[in-house]
Amino acid sequence: MSSAAYSALLVAVMSAVTILLRAAPFLIFKKKTPAYVMYLGKVLPAAIIGMLVVYCLKDVKIVSAPFGAPELIAGLLVVGLHAWKRNILLSILAGTAAYMLLTQLVF
Amino acid sequence: MKTVKAAFMKSLPVMAGYIILGIGFGILADHAGYGFLWVLAMSLFIFAGSMQYVGIGLLAGGASVLTVILTTVMVNARHLFYSISMLRYYRNAGPYKPYLIFSLTDETYSLLCDGKVPEGTDPDRYRFLVSLFNHSYWVLGSVIGSLISNILPFSSAGIEFSMTALFIASFTEQWITTQDHVPAITGLLGTLLCLVAFGPERFLIPAMLLITLLLTLFRNRISTGKEANT
Repeated sequence: MSSAAYSALLVAVMSAVTILLRAAPFLIFKKKTPAYVMYLGKVLPAAIIGMLVVYCLKDVKIVSAPFGAPELIAGLLVVGLHAWKRNILLSILAGTAAYMLLTQLVF
Repeated sequence: MKTVKAAFMKSLPVMAGYIILGIGFGILADHAGYGFLWVLAMSLFIFAGSMQYVGIGLLAGGASVLTVILTTVMVNARHLFYSISMLRYYRNAGPYKPYLIFSLTDETYSLLCDGKVPEGTDPDRYRFLVSLFNHSYWVLGSVIGSLISNILPFSSAGIEFSMTALFIASFTEQWITTQDHVPAITGLLGTLLCLVAFGPERFLIPAMLLITLLLTLFRNRISTGKEANT
């Protein structure tokens, strides 16, 4: 299979699985939702966001220069700004701009 | 016409966010070698922001089908619960039902979850139009990002950090708004452990399994409040 065809297959898989997740409750839980499923629904999102933060930073080299400094500085900026202003777009824009400036001009 | 206007007004807060995040996605995808048509197809048929950002990494890395299935399930698992809470509104939505279910993103859910509909509008058509407006902002933003990627007046090196920033900001937001931080810490440390143990190429599936296992074991310790039934 060519790499374009394989990529297209993966896009189709992502689409199908996303649709299945969104539709599943309408197909399965006609009456009552199991307590365990409700529990996972409450705790999984927070855990998965934590997982995705690590996923995004997986290739950062902390044992060689610049020792992950741009990621650390920009990441802390996002945390601080978000805790202060609680505006998700502002946090993303400022953090990304800071990271781009740091990697292009400083490190 | 009244329904269209009411739906458009309702969708306005999402417009800026979707267009900007969409542009970020379009640029990111273009950088990874996935141009206009890929971006259009992904935004049209997946319509899940976080998953599309993560998905570009999976495509570029040639991930296995199993990894893609499991990652999509984990990243989008929360959509199950949006659907569960919208069951009563969408169940009898007639011809609009399939699209309403398909387009139930975080943002659309946040606009429609209170179930309120402006007076004098058809509820199903109103919800359909809010979803459709949101979807169109997302497609528009990502297509713009894809097209301007090469003509930006500045170097866009480092733009990929927008995904990291999105998740760090979401992490901070949920940390502030929840009392119990065990799930968040479990996700962070469990994944970090698997990254160290399995390496950056194959830690995602073990991490997802470990997180689910740990949270299942912690079930009696985590205070989730009342477990409501639908």
